[in-house]
Amino acid sequence: MCLAIPGQLVSFLPGNGDQLALVDVVGVKRKINIGLMDDVKLEIGDYVLIHVGFAMSKVDEKEAAEALSMLELMGQAFTDELRAVAESSIE
Amino acid sequence: MKFVDEFRNPELAQVLSREIAQLCEPNRHYKIMEVCGGHTHTIYRYGVQDHLPENIELVHGPGCPVCVIPMGRVDDGIAIAERDNVILTCFGDMMRVPGGRGSFLEANARGTDIRMVYSPLDALRIARDNPDRQVVFYAIGFETTAPSTALTILRAEAEGIDNFSVFCNHVTIIPAIKAILDSPDLRLDAFIGPGHVSTVIGCRPYEWISRDFGLPLVCAGFEPLDLLQSVYMIMKQFTEGRAEVENQYSRVVSYDGNPVALKVLANVFALRPFFEWRGLGSIAHSALQVAPKFAKYDAELRFEIPGVRVADPKACQCGEVLKGVLKPWECKVFGTACTPETPIGTCMVSSEGACAAYYNFGQYAKQRLTLEVLS
Repeated sequence: MCLAIPGQLVSFLPGNGDQLALVDVVGVKRKINIGLMDDVKLEIGDYVLIHVGFAMSKVDEKEAAEALSMLELMGQAFTDELRAVAESSIE
Repeated sequence: MKFVDEFRNPELAQVLSREIAQLCEPNRHYKIMEVCGGHTHTIYRYGVQDHLPENIELVHGPGCPVCVIPMGRVDDGIAIAERDNVILTCFGDMMRVPGGRGSFLEANARGTDIRMVYSPLDALRIARDNPDRQVVFYAIGFETTAPSTALTILRAEAEGIDNFSVFCNHVTIIPAIKAILDSPDLRLDAFIGPGHVSTVIGCRPYEWISRDFGLPLVCAGFEPLDLLQSVYMIMKQFTEGRAEVENQYSRVVSYDGNPVALKVLANVFALRPFFEWRGLGSIAHSALQVAPKFAKYDAELRFEIPGVRVADPKACQCGEVLKGVLKPWECKVFGTACTPETPIGTCMVSSEGACAAYYNFGQYAKQRLTLEVLS
């Protein structure tokens, strides 16, 4: 649960207090909440670190690649986290 | 992968390792605590300790949210789940944490409906989809996770979802560090500060550690080179006679933290007078509860909670491991009675727990580092 997974912003989703966005996480599109990033200027194509369905911080492409490679080396813990992400359905 | 190489570059690691060694006073023993379980994982995964001189000892701290949950709070969760019509939801890591009456998984075998979720917003969706049932989110985690729970409570309020509540076990890192510094069991020389927690709280809340205790603290990233560089920054402070809070992870952590997250935390939660931590005992103002104005979302007010304190199993030494007094392999049941498959203590359950990290990677760290970094 403590993992922070990088994702790339694909689109902003209207409604729900405008807190939702679509991101690409390891090739899969997922809905996340961006309500904690209100004071950060986010644009399509930006990378964010996602923790339990919420964008926690904006990072550059390099940091996103590094975080992902780190996670891949974690093996089972990352596989479990990705499975959890896949089963998640945020609204 | 061109970006990643520089964080695992074996030549850079060797350079840092040499420079660290040069900054060491030969007759001095340095104890540096990494507070965060994610760092503990990296340290064992890559054998970071093997790149440090023998007189620099990395001590593992209490920063694993699953590990610090006491047995009694697990039992409280089960008691809520045993009520009629309740769906209890929690992060996957929580399912196997042993309580006095077994784990959530074992409770499910007896008929409770405890479901794993990835996000507190999944718990809210389950509440939305099951209006006739009470859906409770078993919230755990440090300041990294607490803002997510807080925003979820605000969403429940905005949508008028009344069958949702939170059993709050969120803890805060600063009082735990204070408890460790006040404990007579351990003398520390410096801290490697947590990465993700600091994205929320920033670096300012650590300043008293340098000011009042004269100890350096460096917030660090999660790559092996991040950790080596943080140790280097700490050693540099020693040789220059400084004790400061520094930020090695500035590519993610800002010195002032995430102001939106901090505002949400202050709005939705209040500090508990006391909270019991596994191993560290009861610590004042070290945990969060749902603030009175959101009382209708507080599971502790909605349901009767036994709230009974349950002593840890005698054989388990998680408490000593969490305080950094014992290394995982020094525990009497490590790897024999207590394994990731059949954990007795919490440190063996979560992948961020020091015991699980050492069990999975520790013994082979040196060999793995050589193979993976060079390949």
